[in-house]
Amino acid sequence: MALSGLEMYKLLPKTNCKECGFPTCLAFAMKLAAKQAELSACPYVSEEARQALAAAAAPPIRLVSIGTDPHKVEVGNETVLFRHEKTFYHEPGIFLRVRDTQEPATIETAVREALSYSVERVGLALGLNGVAIENASGDPEAFARTVQQVRALTQKPFILMAEDPAALKAALAVEGGKRPLLYAATSANWQGMAALAKEAGLPLAVRDGDLSTLADLTEKIKAAGVEDLVLDPGTRGILESLHALTALRRLALKKNFRPLGYPIITFPGEGAEDPLDEAVIAAEHVAKYAGLIVLDHFSPALVYPLLTLRLNIYTDPQKPIQVSPGLYEIGSPGPQSPLMITTNFSLTYFTVAGEVEGSGVPSWLLIADSEGMSVLTAWAAGKFDAEKIAKTVKQFDAASKISHRKLILPGYVSSLLGEVEDELQGWEILVGPREAVDIPNYLKNVWRP
Amino acid sequence: MPVEIPKENWTSQVLEVTLGATPEQGGTRGRTVTVGGESTLPFLHYEGEMPHRPVVAVEVLDRYPDDWSPLLLEAWGEAAHDPVAWAAQGVANGADLVCLRLEGAHPDRDGRSPAEAAQTVKSVLKGVEVPLIVLGPGQPEADNEVLVAVAEATSGERLALGLCEDKNYRTIVAAALAHQHLVIASSPIDVNLAKQLNILISDMGLPLERILIDPTTGALGYGLEYTYSVMERLRIAALSGDRLTQLPFFCTAGLESWRQKESKVGEGVPASWGDFRERAIAWEVMTATALLMAGADILVLRHPESIRRVVRIIDRLMGTKEA
Repeated sequence: MALSGLEMYKLLPKTNCKECGFPTCLAFAMKLAAKQAELSACPYVSEEARQALAAAAAPPIRLVSIGTDPHKVEVGNETVLFRHEKTFYHEPGIFLRVRDTQEPATIETAVREALSYSVERVGLALGLNGVAIENASGDPEAFARTVQQVRALTQKPFILMAEDPAALKAALAVEGGKRPLLYAATSANWQGMAALAKEAGLPLAVRDGDLSTLADLTEKIKAAGVEDLVLDPGTRGILESLHALTALRRLALKKNFRPLGYPIITFPGEGAEDPLDEAVIAAEHVAKYAGLIVLDHFSPALVYPLLTLRLNIYTDPQKPIQVSPGLYEIGSPGPQSPLMITTNFSLTYFTVAGEVEGSGVPSWLLIADSEGMSVLTAWAAGKFDAEKIAKTVKQFDAASKISHRKLILPGYVSSLLGEVEDELQGWEILVGPREAVDIPNYLKNVWRP
Repeated sequence: MPVEIPKENWTSQVLEVTLGATPEQGGTRGRTVTVGGESTLPFLHYEGEMPHRPVVAVEVLDRYPDDWSPLLLEAWGEAAHDPVAWAAQGVANGADLVCLRLEGAHPDRDGRSPAEAAQTVKSVLKGVEVPLIVLGPGQPEADNEVLVAVAEATSGERLALGLCEDKNYRTIVAAALAHQHLVIASSPIDVNLAKQLNILISDMGLPLERILIDPTTGALGYGLEYTYSVMERLRIAALSGDRLTQLPFFCTAGLESWRQKESKVGEGVPASWGDFRERAIAWEVMTATALLMAGADILVLRHPESIRRVVRIIDRLMGTKEA
């Protein structure tokens, strides 16, 4: 947690020597608190003060990165409990788990299918982040063979899961140097795990079902020289994990409790009743505070909604995803093609554009600046009214592209029909469907130039 | 090192709202349903009370829903032709309430008369013992006529009538006042608009204990994050003592998720969308799950499997029935 200017002042020499460029130590402290000055400007600051100030400047939840570019996953460094307070920054990495006891052919199919998976939403390609490989056999050689096999299939990051540091060491020799997460240090093996993580310079997960013991472990491991940690509070059920993850997030943000100020890894499949239930628990973890989510099942029908939820929850509430206002061509429209108008909320744009494209009827799609709001929201907020619609038609000179004078409004604003007719003299205003899914039928069967 | 779990010291709580009335209370219900009363954020039982579990309502129409997803028509089969049978099957699948939407009274649909609509409500009341939520056809004049007729014909039943909006609430609230019903106050994803509508409604003399908030639900991928955050903001305000926000949430998760293409269309969609049925049910269940995390008290759902699953999810989150 950041220190106030006065707290920083207490750590300074209080000699007012002015060598930092500020008239007094207090003035310098205020600038430090406002992040307008660097501590290094003070030649006399004590080592103790330097450490205290550096610690205070560190984020309450450490940023941990796994993997290498372009597949790097960064998690942690969150600053709020509720997304409306600011935003959630680093969306949880979603991994698929395989085990070294599975047939190589089964592993290959699972990894290929899951990691080549990509689904498009609002112009973004969504997919899984990497693979968790578990040493279920207990045999370091079998583990290394599986890790080597999976590395040949993908360059995406790994979570290497074993109880025995020797097995992880064997796997690291063939992993390919892609900065995997080591899982996991426990009360039983933490010395060996910490030594390995330190030597390899890799992030390390720490697991214990008791938060006090977990905090003790992270402190010991940190003292042993490993700072990039990830927490597994050991809970698996839908209720228990909500409680544990909420407690961890609050401890980090509200109490600035450093020993538990790390991102969290979860295994929703271990507390689930079936694959959909696993996706439900994963959904809870997306909303409430997971940094890494390891799935045991991959099904496009379940991963698609889960990735969509992650996108929703991690969208910055202050900045709805928008597209630029303008006149868009869908297909290769001509002077006789239909002209439709809608808002610049990006989901609205991509949904409408997708349906128009799917209809096979080339069209002009006019996008009004609704400040990123959807049709109904924008209408309710007065950002998509008759005046705005008429202004948009003129601003982008839609008339120059078409020989007819017909404009199709979204069905949800049919009440604007009369007003738009008044604003756009000489135009015929039509009311299109309310839902985008009905656009193809409208364009094919109702629309006539 | 001993770690103390941080707890919030909330100063206030959500009001308890009871739907339905037994014969002794002036209605005909076999049981009533009380929601609300939370003195903590959802399911954080270690820091406050959640005296009533969130509940699930099955959405039933008074007409055959021919424009619904084929998956829903298949799931309900013959029952979708008969609101009484449909409601009973919904309850048999675990629904705590029935949400009857009188779409057949819409002038653009079947244009049924208010008297016919009221008769349908009475038939459903006879067929199930759980409390009812009754929604008008969604067109202001028709809503008023239909809901007034329903309120009169079911006096004393403590139905939840909706939707009241800022441009159209007086008639519905007056009918609820006169006949001992509740209302659902619907506002477009905005804390202040929700509070303002609650003021307007309570100014007419309806106690806050007879109002539910419909924050306007967005489905997963279709505005869910707006609903999610406005609900979190309203609930935090409620627990912090803002009286006009201390009402339970009513969320139409089923309606919103099933009108999206993901749940409506099985052919000609990207292969990455996966199996149609699995995806559509996941869409509804995951929308409901996210809304539960934000504080939903009543979830209106459409598919019988979603109903069964969400009831089971709620049981586990309440810690009442562990696996």
